[in-house]
Amino acid sequence: MSEYRIQGATGEWEVVIGLEVHAQVTSKAKLFSGAATAFGAEPNTQVSLVDAAMPGMLPVPNRECIRQAVRTGMAIDAQINKWSRFDRKNYFYADLPQGYQISQLYHPLVGEGYLDIALDDKDPENTKRIGVERIHVEQDAGKLMHDQHPTMSYVDLNRSGVALMEIVSKPDMRSPAEAGAYVRKLRSILRYVGSCDGNMEEGSMRADVNVSVRKPGDEFGTRTETKNVNSVRFVMQVIEYEANRQVDVIENGGKVDQETRLFDPDTGTTRTMRSKEDAHDYRYFPDPDLLPLELDDAFIAECRDSLPELPDAKRHRYENELGLTAYNAGQLTADVDVYQRYEAILDATSDKTGKSEKDVATQVANWVLSVAPGVKNATEGAIDAHDTTAANAAIIALSAAGTVSGGQAKEIYEIVLKTGREPDEIAETEGLKQNSDTGAIEAVVDEVLANNADKVEEYRGGKDKLFGFFVGQTMKAMKGQGNPAVVNEILKAKLG
Amino acid sequence: MTELTELTVAAIRKGVAGGDFTAVEVAEAFNANVAAASQLNAFIVATPEKAIEAAQAVDAKRAKGEELGKMGGVPIGMKDLFATNGVQTTAASHMLEGFVPQYESTVSQKLWDAGAGMLGKLNLDQFAMGSSNETSYFGNVISPWRRKDGGNADLAPGGSSGGSSSAVSARLCPAATGTDTGGSIRQPAAFTGITGIKPTYGRCSRWGVVAFASSLDQAGPMARDVTDCAIMLEAMAGFDPKDSTSLDMPVPAWEAALNPDMKGKKVGIPREYRMDGMDPEILKSWDDGIAWLKDAGAEVVDISLPHTKFALPAYYIIAPAEASSNLARYDGVRYGLRDLPEGAGLQDMYAATRADGFGPEVKRRIMIGTYVLSAGFYDAYYNQAQKVRALIARDFEQAWSQCDVILAPTCPSAAFALGDKTSDPLSMYLNDVFAVPASLAGLPAMSVPAGLNSEGLPLGLQIIGKAFDEQGVLNAGLAIEQRAGFTAKPEKWW
Amino acid sequence: MSVDKATVAKIASLARIRVTDAEVEAMVPELNQILDWVEQLGEVDVTGVEPMTAVIPNTLRLRDDVVDADPLTGGGVRDKVLANAPAPEHGFFGVPKVIE
Repeated sequence: MSEYRIQGATGEWEVVIGLEVHAQVTSKAKLFSGAATAFGAEPNTQVSLVDAAMPGMLPVPNRECIRQAVRTGMAIDAQINKWSRFDRKNYFYADLPQGYQISQLYHPLVGEGYLDIALDDKDPENTKRIGVERIHVEQDAGKLMHDQHPTMSYVDLNRSGVALMEIVSKPDMRSPAEAGAYVRKLRSILRYVGSCDGNMEEGSMRADVNVSVRKPGDEFGTRTETKNVNSVRFVMQVIEYEANRQVDVIENGGKVDQETRLFDPDTGTTRTMRSKEDAHDYRYFPDPDLLPLELDDAFIAECRDSLPELPDAKRHRYENELGLTAYNAGQLTADVDVYQRYEAILDATSDKTGKSEKDVATQVANWVLSVAPGVKNATEGAIDAHDTTAANAAIIALSAAGTVSGGQAKEIYEIVLKTGREPDEIAETEGLKQNSDTGAIEAVVDEVLANNADKVEEYRGGKDKLFGFFVGQTMKAMKGQGNPAVVNEILKAKLG
Repeated sequence: MTELTELTVAAIRKGVAGGDFTAVEVAEAFNANVAAASQLNAFIVATPEKAIEAAQAVDAKRAKGEELGKMGGVPIGMKDLFATNGVQTTAASHMLEGFVPQYESTVSQKLWDAGAGMLGKLNLDQFAMGSSNETSYFGNVISPWRRKDGGNADLAPGGSSGGSSSAVSARLCPAATGTDTGGSIRQPAAFTGITGIKPTYGRCSRWGVVAFASSLDQAGPMARDVTDCAIMLEAMAGFDPKDSTSLDMPVPAWEAALNPDMKGKKVGIPREYRMDGMDPEILKSWDDGIAWLKDAGAEVVDISLPHTKFALPAYYIIAPAEASSNLARYDGVRYGLRDLPEGAGLQDMYAATRADGFGPEVKRRIMIGTYVLSAGFYDAYYNQAQKVRALIARDFEQAWSQCDVILAPTCPSAAFALGDKTSDPLSMYLNDVFAVPASLAGLPAMSVPAGLNSEGLPLGLQIIGKAFDEQGVLNAGLAIEQRAGFTAKPEKWW
Repeated sequence: MSVDKATVAKIASLARIRVTDAEVEAMVPELNQILDWVEQLGEVDVTGVEPMTAVIPNTLRLRDDVVDADPLTGGGVRDKVLANAPAPEHGFFGVPKVIE
């Protein structure tokens, strides 16, 4: 991949990007209280006295949140710190009831790790390693609504105290594409591990985007931090915009301010955030309401033992053991939902056909990646609940056995999606089966050859291309239901 | 009926259980004393109906032959730092004036469950910051004691649990809750001739107690004698899963195990507590204490706590730092005072609310705490103070190889007059010089009355014990109590 | 290290406490007296000493991931949470309009 450069008046500029991703930890209750974390509840109904920071309230940490952060660290091959501490980050804001956020500065739970990102889908082995500085656990803030009242903002504390992992990358990325690939890969790993649902629309994953520019080879420039960017596309837009803005500022003789900025998705631009102007002296100190967090070996062993096969390992296994192409393996392992569907259908198809998984792996891969989505997208009134593993496997098995043609498989799938009927029954009653009866096919072939004696002469005279013509005529005569393999075989034999 | 208010917790409990009088009679007697003592300003709010209600419940239980509980029939005062469900809880601040918690602190709930009733919410130094009870938004608490020189100077009841000490010594309640961050139980107990114990850090849950400095705050009982403290501490202590720093250990039967026999016990006398220019009367009371414990069979040994002089400065970094953060929640958004000047934005509202809601001493400590945590100063102040704190804890650890308990004065002086030290914050802070080291090390420590000085004012002796060894502290306290024969009480003038 | 008026004003701003010039003026010597006094801690040799992390040896307990296991620390108590609010608004806490 060619290097990403901003063309300025004074020459080329390189962009340096670091990301702080805030990922909501999947847990039923909050990090330090028993209130629920579910999305979309009525305002302030998922708020405990602890979350509202009533006088005398105290935090008690949720084991599951710690466990998920440790498992996430293990998934990026990071150092797990058996001794860590919670610190208070002090600042005043209406969405922060305690007047401080319980976070980790001095002794985070997870130390250095890394992610390998691929920049080209077709070539997943061509990767770049992006360092992860640390992962720590912290409280989310509440939410402010500004549009409900002419002179007031409204505070909803439902999110207040929900557990977040802050995953801090090193400033190792050099283009919007790399940053996009990093976020996608991180999201994929979090979803594999089950530590975050990765739902960016609901705010389960947000990124603070640190951007600076420099002449290639120079020291790092001054960076800006754009807060709370909530999609991969926006992350990339922020970088584009910020990099160009900073180049303009510098080339016009100005200086980039180290500041916090906000992204406006409507205009694709960023602007200075007014409300956090003097928030940079956070007076971190260890939270005296909490003791140091010490992890024992049994806890760590459980975290490790409960880790699933991760995307890169799975992709390699698909290539090496199932014989998939690198591209297919990459596509199938990029997201949890996709690989889970693939593996379920693969398993069921193998059972149904009596063939090994390896023998049906490519066929199932093609079905899951291209055939099925194509049909589903084109089918109006498709019902997800009908799209079962068993139905998919049954259709692939029919196809693998030669009972139905590719086209018939698609037709059957369409009916399944609409009605939920059984594929075998559909093939039978709707006449969506291909004819493999050699006797019947031979009779048709004989008739086709007899009717086209001149073409037969030409073919035998060396005009090989005519083979397709005979296949077409035979299939036409059989109303498309002839098994192409059998038709080919018989035609070859008869034409000599 | 007035004699009921002369009874100790143990005597009230026994009398109610034995049918000598009813719990309601006891509650009425104390309610009357509370009502008649408004001059002392010990209570921010009196809750006579709560006391009667609890007493009626105890009497009803007795009628049915049920267990009455460790504190069955005993009305108490509740320091207004403990959140009480449905009853205004202010921490003696304007900030929380009118704040009515919708929850009950763990410690107060345990006391009610043990059969105690609430006479009212006791005044204190604002947010427990002070040593004379002169920082309350609701006015000074006045000690019932007066110097016998004939002057009528109002004396400090100590702080921050000054409402508690004043009320117990004036017989407005047989016992009261206190909290101790850097001496706030022991110093007021010493100033008013009563007994108070701060248990090991973590014994009493902090859940529902308005926080001052989290790593130091501990609740404890204040009562007229050692036995009453043992009884009440048993009712207050215990593991609370809602407090991460709560000790997950059973509560010992301290009362049943009380034993003043000090044979085989070693009492350490820390030489660093003998400071230049110390009040000779304090030194004398200390010598008396040594003699009493020897008489009880103890061996007395000299010990060294070399970092003693650094305890107070370390405390005045750590406590304000924690307080500056703990008090950030008082911002006018969710409860308490809101001061919203015309046209003010959010941050202006914070600044105005906090300027109006906090008193000068609270502001001073928030300012110090904010400063020592601010960018560039953390290592020099806070981290250094926590290192010194570790050394202070180590001093005690080393001392325990030589002794079982430590005996020292509680305070460097008897009660001072109100107003004497308000213009000089530092001289006020220095009053806690003997109390703070045990707080920094999280150790159990109590003050017991040792006698009166030449002005007729009580002096206290402090016993510091090993972590978890409240029993050793109580036993040594009992040995002193039995020999000191302290029976003095303030003459009623209010 | 000693503080001047500008520093005191800055600390007051960080702590969100509105102060008048006269108050700042009065606080300068007060705070300096206290800070001078605590600075004696610098005399202590703390070589090799770790800052205290837990006053009584104790380990941090972790709770189970259960919603509303204890009503005192669980949700679903909006009335209690809003009971003392200076400006409750339709189930929210109202604050002066914030411009982000």
